[in-house]
Amino acid sequence: MKSKFGVVVFPGSNCDHDAYYSLKKIMKADVTFLWHKDRDLQDSKVIILPGGFAYGDYLRCGAIARFSPIMNSVIEFANKGGIVFGICNGFQVLLEAGLLPGVMIRNKSLQFAGKDIYVSVKNKNTIFTKEINTDQPLKIPVAHGEGNYFADDDTLKSLQDNNQIVFQYSSKDGKFGDEFNPNGSILDIAGIINKNGNVLGMMPHPERVCDPVLRNTDGQMIFGSILSSVN
Amino acid sequence: MFKAKVLIKRRPSILDPQGKAVEKGAFHLGLTNIKDTRIGKYIEFTVDTTDRESAEKEVNEYCNKLLANPIMEDYEFTLENAK
Repeated sequence: MKSKFGVVVFPGSNCDHDAYYSLKKIMKADVTFLWHKDRDLQDSKVIILPGGFAYGDYLRCGAIARFSPIMNSVIEFANKGGIVFGICNGFQVLLEAGLLPGVMIRNKSLQFAGKDIYVSVKNKNTIFTKEINTDQPLKIPVAHGEGNYFADDDTLKSLQDNNQIVFQYSSKDGKFGDEFNPNGSILDIAGIINKNGNVLGMMPHPERVCDPVLRNTDGQMIFGSILSSVN
Repeated sequence: MFKAKVLIKRRPSILDPQGKAVEKGAFHLGLTNIKDTRIGKYIEFTVDTTDRESAEKEVNEYCNKLLANPIMEDYEFTLENAK
């Protein structure tokens, strides 16, 4: 039996269908939507917190979504080692829920960043990246106004010491610099994993680059890694 | 009943891109003495209890768990008797 993915739907989620489509139609996975007011994860083996503007991003991005009934189950699931993947707004929810360390602040430019960028994969030894079969950075779009990751020095040191920085913004050929960082995030951080290796958050949208018709399938390597980890 | 007034400020160590951008506006207005603009939040609400201590406890919990993110923000509040 195929392992099931559960895509959480918050009021204001708008990448939930992209995630569902890419998993179901492209990756041929078993997927279901999980309504934020429910508590039942329906035997999902992987939980996706999708992009969007949950609760209108009021107060702080992810601050209110974190208290949705389903999040109690997601937090419990994550603490037991369940696989949780937060994309964009989902990453912000994971930070607010305390499942990942640090905070997200407004993009340095104050502008919404919506474009293709490149991320270097800094840790391929994770559930989410082990099938990435290239040394080249991945091309994945970002679409956010608050993706400027920040954490204090102790947290950053701990992230580095434990190899928790999984994706960093870079050039196409793996160079780092402000011109390749769309939001000003510290250490060019685009995605981090928790210490136990079962919770990943990233700002870029891999679910938007799975369908070959879009002529970029880099996102498949990430979802393929998760699939090969659970099946 | 109490009226709570909460002030949420971003920690000095945290960059405030919004404050910086707004300050550019001050410059264009010719207000050259304006420096270090930082943008926070002001939130007010009532607490429906007559016991000040429990009101303070509830406001602290509201601030710590929801209104402010203690990783990047500090908060302060006042409680006034309200009818």
